[in-house]
Amino acid sequence: MNRLNALFNKKKDNLLSIYYTAGYPEVNTTLDIAEALEKAGVDFLEIGFPYSDPVADGPTIQHSSEKALQNGMTLTLLFEQLKDLRKRVTIPILLMGYVNPIVQYGVERFCKQAAELGVDGIIVPDLPMYEYEAMYSRYFIDNNLSNIFLVTPQTSEERIRKIDELSNSFIYLLSSSSITGGNLQVSVNIEDYYKRIKAMQLKNPAIIGFGISDDKSFKKACEYAAGAIVGSAFVKLLGTEGYLDKIQGFVKSIRP
Amino acid sequence: MKYGVNEKGYYGDFGGAYIPEMLYPNVEELREQYLKIINDADFIAEFDQLLKDYVGRPSPLYHAKRFSEKYGANIFFKREDLNHTGSHKINNAIGQILLAIRLGKKRIIAETGAGQHGVATATVCALKGIECVVYMGAVDMERQAPNVSRMKMLGAKVVPATSGSKTLKDATNEALRDWIGNPVDTHYIIGSVVGPYPYPDMVARFQSVISAEAKKQLFEQTGKELPEYVMACVGGGSNAMGMFYHFLDDEKVKLVAVEAAGKGVDSGHSAATTFLGREGVLHGSRTILMQTDDGQVVEPYSISAGLDYPGIGPQHAHLYKINRAQYVSITDDEALQAGLLCSQLEGIIPAIETAHALAYLEKMTFNPDDNVVICLSGRGDKDLDTYIKYFGY
Ligand SMILES: Cc1ncc(COP(=O)(O)O)c(C=O)c1O
Repeated sequence: MNRLNALFNKKKDNLLSIYYTAGYPEVNTTLDIAEALEKAGVDFLEIGFPYSDPVADGPTIQHSSEKALQNGMTLTLLFEQLKDLRKRVTIPILLMGYVNPIVQYGVERFCKQAAELGVDGIIVPDLPMYEYEAMYSRYFIDNNLSNIFLVTPQTSEERIRKIDELSNSFIYLLSSSSITGGNLQVSVNIEDYYKRIKAMQLKNPAIIGFGISDDKSFKKACEYAAGAIVGSAFVKLLGTEGYLDKIQGFVKSIRP
Repeated sequence: MKYGVNEKGYYGDFGGAYIPEMLYPNVEELREQYLKIINDADFIAEFDQLLKDYVGRPSPLYHAKRFSEKYGANIFFKREDLNHTGSHKINNAIGQILLAIRLGKKRIIAETGAGQHGVATATVCALKGIECVVYMGAVDMERQAPNVSRMKMLGAKVVPATSGSKTLKDATNEALRDWIGNPVDTHYIIGSVVGPYPYPDMVARFQSVISAEAKKQLFEQTGKELPEYVMACVGGGSNAMGMFYHFLDDEKVKLVAVEAAGKGVDSGHSAATTFLGREGVLHGSRTILMQTDDGQVVEPYSISAGLDYPGIGPQHAHLYKINRAQYVSITDDEALQAGLLCSQLEGIIPAIETAHALAYLEKMTFNPDDNVVICLSGRGDKDLDTYIKYFGY
């Protein structure tokens, strides 16, 4: 049981999570942003560590990653910044990034370090189920870290069942097969997809991500899932002048 | 096959399918179907017929007499440059378009570096009347401009990749992003033995026609079953894998793979992956790639767009690690000089990619009876601008 499980046991709907890239727009504001987001009422956070070749990301997060790397952000530096994490932030924290930097850091070392700093879960979009199970799951389990899997409208029922079995906090539901930064798609097919997932009565709650950018898309997502994740729209805000002071207002605009 | 892929998609420590869930259904469909489809009699008949009547195969195995004299061995060129569209890339493009049609796909995407794979893909899409989008690094669009025009004339849409180093790696990222957004009707024709399993194996099989023919032709010409050396250049490694394929299990045959050293392996401007790289994950497979200590992919450099890639296919990474093949590198200057030499000794202007393989002959010592087969992977038409600028013709 980690902070994520505690949160999902307590709160079943309207959960709001925010993604941002560590090191963007400035290298040293990672915890300031986290603190401001908690103050604004966000339920849990995804802190991205940048990668040079983020294939699952659209232009906004690509740009933030590039800038963060230019600013000198590395996994080592991020872990240093997170030393005070649990002094300043109490909500659940996930780290999100691509597999190669983790492999270079050492998967076991990465998991241990993250857990020691108070991180609750990891999202690695390009680490598939087979490779996770065969090579890495024990490091996650030993360190009480949740691994989060993605599900798209094209994911088969059998595979969703398997993902549900391997998950122990939530399932990351994509509204469509897309890179980050698109628009939430709601069509008849998508409604069917959400209903299909709901009818499967999975043991893990579902959180919808990719394409949630405003109050309307957030509300829509919450009709079908326990909550939603906002990424690119928030990263865009970080690109503007005086971003720390705007965080409160942004969160209110998503979930009034 | 001793060095082939296992049922999980790995070559020793390398390979696999490190892809986001969004790509899983497409890659899984391929994994389930590819062997069934490409071993089907109807597929084989159409593939062979197109290779013969459309591509012009078998490509000749040419005994290069003046090169042989210069280097003191019997040197043979496997003439992939004489294929329709000018390189080996068409072999794979034909195979994959036939596969895509059998999978019911309506739209094709591809990445390209030198533009040879893009041209090959645009060509087979025209042949079959299928929509085609090619991603190409903005830098490459400039240095391989004739191929951009060719693709457009063939009816393809060419989309510039403007991120990162604006070369092959970035074009591959853009193609993968496109595929994520088009999960049902689109097939991605990857141009080399890279990417998630089953691509490395599938592309190697389509390119293996190179060594199947060469083996037979060598026997016809020399009465020998096997050459002493087989050589090829390596970008992602598809012409090399095609050239090595039917010689892999014959351990006596020495395999030489030539990477691009750019301005020198230690210059900071290089694409010599096995010299500069470490194990990691790139474009869906565990392989050897050039990267920082923090696991960020390093932007490579080579004058040759087709070799300007920070990784190699996973099977190459395996052959390198277990020492089944020798991996070496050649600088821009050495390659261009070899291109000129080949033009003037043999009357063949090779692609700059190919010229890397030819340049390594300078560094080898042969017995006079040695038979050496080099993959002449492509012709140099697309590189005339670069050659002309360099030599001042
Ligand atoms: C003529 C030629 N040779 C070689 C290559 C390198 O690719 P590969 O290593 O996959 O054969 C290219 C790529 O564009 C090419 O055009």
